[in-house]
Amino acid sequence: MDRDPPMESRGLGRRLRDATALQAATLVVLLSGLFIVSTGMGYIQIPPAAVLKIFWGGISGKPDAFAGMNEIFPVVVMDVRLPRILTAALVGGGLAMSGVVFQGILLNPLADPYTLGVSAGAAFGAALAILMNMSALGIFSVPLFAFLGAPAIMKNMIYLSGGSGGLSSNNLILSGIIVAAILSAGISFLKYVADEQVAVIIFWLMGSFSSKTWGDAGLTGVCVAAGASVFLYFARELNLMSLGSQMASSLGVDTRRVTLILLAAASVVAAVCVSVAGIIGFVGLLVPHIMRLLCGPDNRRLVPLSFLAGALLLLGADTLTRAVLPAEVPIGVLTALIGGPFFCYVFRRQSAGRAW
Amino acid sequence: MSFELQDVGFSFDGKDVVDGVSVALAPGKFYGVIGPNGCGKTTLVDLLCGFRSPQHGRILYAGRPLDAYSKRHLAREIALVPQNFYINFPFRVQDVVMMGRYPYIPRFGRPSARDTDIVAAVMESADVAGMSERRVTELSGGERQRVVFARALAQDTPMLILDEATSNLDIGHAMRLLDIAARRVSRESGTVLAVFQDINQAAAYCDHLIVMSQGRIAAHGGTREVLTPDAIRKVFAVEARVYHDDYSQALHVVYKSKGI
Repeated sequence: MDRDPPMESRGLGRRLRDATALQAATLVVLLSGLFIVSTGMGYIQIPPAAVLKIFWGGISGKPDAFAGMNEIFPVVVMDVRLPRILTAALVGGGLAMSGVVFQGILLNPLADPYTLGVSAGAAFGAALAILMNMSALGIFSVPLFAFLGAPAIMKNMIYLSGGSGGLSSNNLILSGIIVAAILSAGISFLKYVADEQVAVIIFWLMGSFSSKTWGDAGLTGVCVAAGASVFLYFARELNLMSLGSQMASSLGVDTRRVTLILLAAASVVAAVCVSVAGIIGFVGLLVPHIMRLLCGPDNRRLVPLSFLAGALLLLGADTLTRAVLPAEVPIGVLTALIGGPFFCYVFRRQSAGRAW
Repeated sequence: MSFELQDVGFSFDGKDVVDGVSVALAPGKFYGVIGPNGCGKTTLVDLLCGFRSPQHGRILYAGRPLDAYSKRHLAREIALVPQNFYINFPFRVQDVVMMGRYPYIPRFGRPSARDTDIVAAVMESADVAGMSERRVTELSGGERQRVVFARALAQDTPMLILDEATSNLDIGHAMRLLDIAARRVSRESGTVLAVFQDINQAAAYCDHLIVMSQGRIAAHGGTREVLTPDAIRKVFAVEARVYHDDYSQALHVVYKSKGI
């Protein structure tokens, strides 16, 4: 992007806010459009007008909105597609936001929600639940175990890195790597002893949104919304912490407290995303990175814009695998296949001397 | 008194880094801290900024213990220009300077006209106004240090702590920034405490010198009393001559090599 000519600072502030509003509006329009198009796509094609009517009927609770259309349409939309679409968008947005926060805390633009072993913890929990065939809590037992695995890891890591140096980013990253390495060996062992269950574990780990319910969408929605409010509340502190924890501290931030709160919130968001959808890579890395190129590093803008862009990206990918490709590819594989090369391109362009 | 340190001690892995330091810093004075590498200068700065808590003794700021202040309150009282400064995210220079105003801006508020005016003024005085749109990640070490200096000035605090804040700067910019600090002392009766490597720079600006050696205060007092060939030999193990230089109107130190 070209460098702006120097200009008076107040005018520039306004211009930046306008640019942010424009970017947000563009993303909202794109996301809404994709929602409608995606809902109409699939084995049974539903025209956009009918989709809108069904949405309206669902919101207003008046069944007469469905009059005159194929009676299977409302069922397909409300019971099958909408929960899946909402879950995909929420997971995408949640992963992207927690990526922003992890990158900010770890002072590392290449961190992601999985850097600290959150995903490994969740995956281990899920693999354990599948292996032991836990059905005490019905269909929720795997997500529940996955969800419990992640914070347990987080706690362990804070303990590991909380020695004399405090919660420095290097300590956190190192302990994350250690914990993740141990857990992935654990997961390999679980796969080894799993016999016929191994396929279930592998499939779960690759991620999928198929057969998501309103329960999944609701759970994700609540956690992501709670996480988003914490992130937005502390976005300013996160900006200051990117100057380093001592600088932030001398500017009035209680760095230890803010680090712990943000780590906990970002881990919960990442854990809930993994527990409903499996491991979906690259969204949490790629989206914050690209949005930072587009709208600058200010977390007060970056958090909401990354949410929208992450939702857009993952919903797009899920629509692709669900309705466009001839057979359903695991979503985690798809995002890595698309995201990886694209990220290489962005990264290469950036390191080739472009400003940003 | 701005600061009052009473028998302050801090040890790290059983080694005393700061040991039995008692000193009082008065408003309207420019204090310099000199001493060899590893003598505890930076730890002293950490203690004054509240990054570390003394394990022994106590530190009072304006008569109250340092830890009785909220972080936010302290940020309006004490500003620090650190020795090293890295930033991994491409904030614009003016955003970084504006961060110095955060302790004054409500959480979801926007900068007031006063905030923008102060930021514009300090950017002008630290000679970074011309790079206000540049990304701080693209700057050279010296440019970045000026930005950080401007950010600390924007905090508009009565106490300013400089930890080798001019180490990366050319002589023109170093003097420009130290002149700003000196003006804050003389006109607004602020307090400056600056850690120096260059003893001549310290002699040119400081009313008082604190000489540190192995975690203790080896000497402190008026620059003219403290800065003697004896003190330099004792602390740095270097032969030196100290004289009043008419041109700069300050004490000047020249050193003699031990030869080969």
